[in-house]
Amino acid sequence: MSGRRRLRVVIAEDAVLLREGLVGILERAGHEVVAAVDDADALLAFVAHTTPDVVVTDIRMPPDHSDEGLRAAAAIRAAHPGIAIMVLSAYVADAYVAELLDSTPGGGVGYLLKDRVGHVREFLDSLDRVADGGTVVDPQVVRQLLQRRRTDGPLAALTEREHEVLALMAEGRTNGSIAEVLVVSEAAVRKHVGNIFAKLHLEPGSDRRVSAVLAYLRG
Amino acid sequence: MSPYPDAWTAVRGKPWRFLFSVWPWRSLAYLATTVPVGLATLAVLFLVLGVGLLTLVVVVGLLVLAGVPRVATVVAEVERRRLGLVLPHAIQPRSSTLRERLRAGRILPVAWPEVGYAVLLATILWVLDGVVLSFVITTPGVFLLAPWLVEIDQVAMFGWQIEGTREAWLVAVGIGLPALVVSAYAITALAAAQAALTRLLLDPQPARLAAAVAELRRSRVGLVDAFESERRRIERDLHDGVQQRLVALTMTLGRAELDVPEGPALDLVREAHQQAEGALEELRSTVRGIHPRVLTDHGLAAAVHEIADRSPVPVHTEIALSTRLPAPVETAAYFVVSEAITNVVRHSSARSAQVHAWINGGRLVLTVVDDGVGGAEVGNGTGLAGLALRLEALDGRLQVSSPVGGPTEVRMECPVDAG
Repeated sequence: MSGRRRLRVVIAEDAVLLREGLVGILERAGHEVVAAVDDADALLAFVAHTTPDVVVTDIRMPPDHSDEGLRAAAAIRAAHPGIAIMVLSAYVADAYVAELLDSTPGGGVGYLLKDRVGHVREFLDSLDRVADGGTVVDPQVVRQLLQRRRTDGPLAALTEREHEVLALMAEGRTNGSIAEVLVVSEAAVRKHVGNIFAKLHLEPGSDRRVSAVLAYLRG
Repeated sequence: MSPYPDAWTAVRGKPWRFLFSVWPWRSLAYLATTVPVGLATLAVLFLVLGVGLLTLVVVVGLLVLAGVPRVATVVAEVERRRLGLVLPHAIQPRSSTLRERLRAGRILPVAWPEVGYAVLLATILWVLDGVVLSFVITTPGVFLLAPWLVEIDQVAMFGWQIEGTREAWLVAVGIGLPALVVSAYAITALAAAQAALTRLLLDPQPARLAAAVAELRRSRVGLVDAFESERRRIERDLHDGVQQRLVALTMTLGRAELDVPEGPALDLVREAHQQAEGALEELRSTVRGIHPRVLTDHGLAAAVHEIADRSPVPVHTEIALSTRLPAPVETAAYFVVSEAITNVVRHSSARSAQVHAWINGGRLVLTVVDDGVGGAEVGNGTGLAGLALRLEALDGRLQVSSPVGGPTEVRMECPVDAG
């Protein structure tokens, strides 16, 4: 965990246990938690005052317990495009992912299941990627998206290995990181990525590629 | 008001509650008003019949006699309203006014039960009520007032002379009070019986059935609503309680993994972490089965996509809905799709399935079709049978067509303004 940037984070989570857990994990990793609040209004107020690097927010919060977190994310993004957003959710629902990506163009967003936070190292890595302007979508959500489209459309043309690479791309990983996970050379990954872009008729690009893929998957 | 819906139920209830309820008083009012109404009916009938019979020789009498049913209709209307005193919930407000019905009387057949009732009221009922009333009021009245009456005059009742204040008090408490109780019961029982008779003659069977059906439908919709809000409550409780705690547990275990040195202890922590995640995953699918959050937040189309995403059999969806549907309809539709897709996966051996939904003439039409082996039945105990009942309560219906060899089609229709 060396060489990690010290991030200024605002947390919005209404369940005390989870809020404290998040604070503990982030502080232990050397980040600075500038505020930990329990509803969307307080979140917006604190973000305006403190301009953090990253906002980590729950979807469902008081007062309505519906999708306050997503709406807050969109509002923060509209006012401060530079702040990265990490949304934590209890649901594997791509409707929420679609809404989040639509309302926060340009990367710097993440959608993770809450249990992912328990995999502390992975979670911190994801947080870093989001803070660096990347897009991170929970592996389980991606798996579900890929499964749905596997039978029809251009995705059917992808090989098994290309599916794996696409899924890892959707998690916001770089070619180097994908090569590590799949235990292959980076050159091989580059080749797979090229094939995927070609088969899906996507223009190659580095930072927008996840959103592009997901936008395609949504359509 | 009173815990009892009508006089008859009140009579059969606990004596203490009955005696202090409004029902003896309402019954008293009912019987007391019978007398003037009956007398008036008698007078009018007498007049109409008399004039009619007298002028019968000049044929005009026939026209006058034809007014009898008209009188009966007016009397019936008054009586239906009066019925509200003892049977407040029995009366269905009529859609047409009295005037319209009087006009319709020229072409419609004579309502003989109404005529019969008018005659009964004019000849027997008011006399009966008058006699009973005077008896049940004077008897306890005199006994109860005996202590004061003896001061003024001699008091005799049923040939028994009461002498002295002491005896009068004994009589008031010992006989007067029980007589008062007996009177309350007698009045209410008579009123209830008379009301039942009135209802039998004036409130025709179809109207009563229609009222019962409407009531039943209301209560069924109420049940579905109650069931639905209970589901939501359970979902909320699980989500805000158990699920949060499990997530917190995985976080704690995750932190522990960073701090515990490599060795058997770390292995145990990792194992615990995996188990907690397994429990969380199971809980998540349970919560989804109770009431999916995405349905509430994003509507039917998104929720059906979710079902399609999780299905191992490829499901093609086409949901053409421009707006959100009423919550009960959305929920019913969601569970129809969920149940149908579950059946497709379990029994149909289908290679693919299609879900279509659209609005046609104010009704939601939703079909789930598969290319499987068919032969499905909506029998007792299947999930679809329960859903069919739920849809009926919303005035919708569910049809399953599944010839052996396939294809199976589950089709639901439901008005979208329901609920």
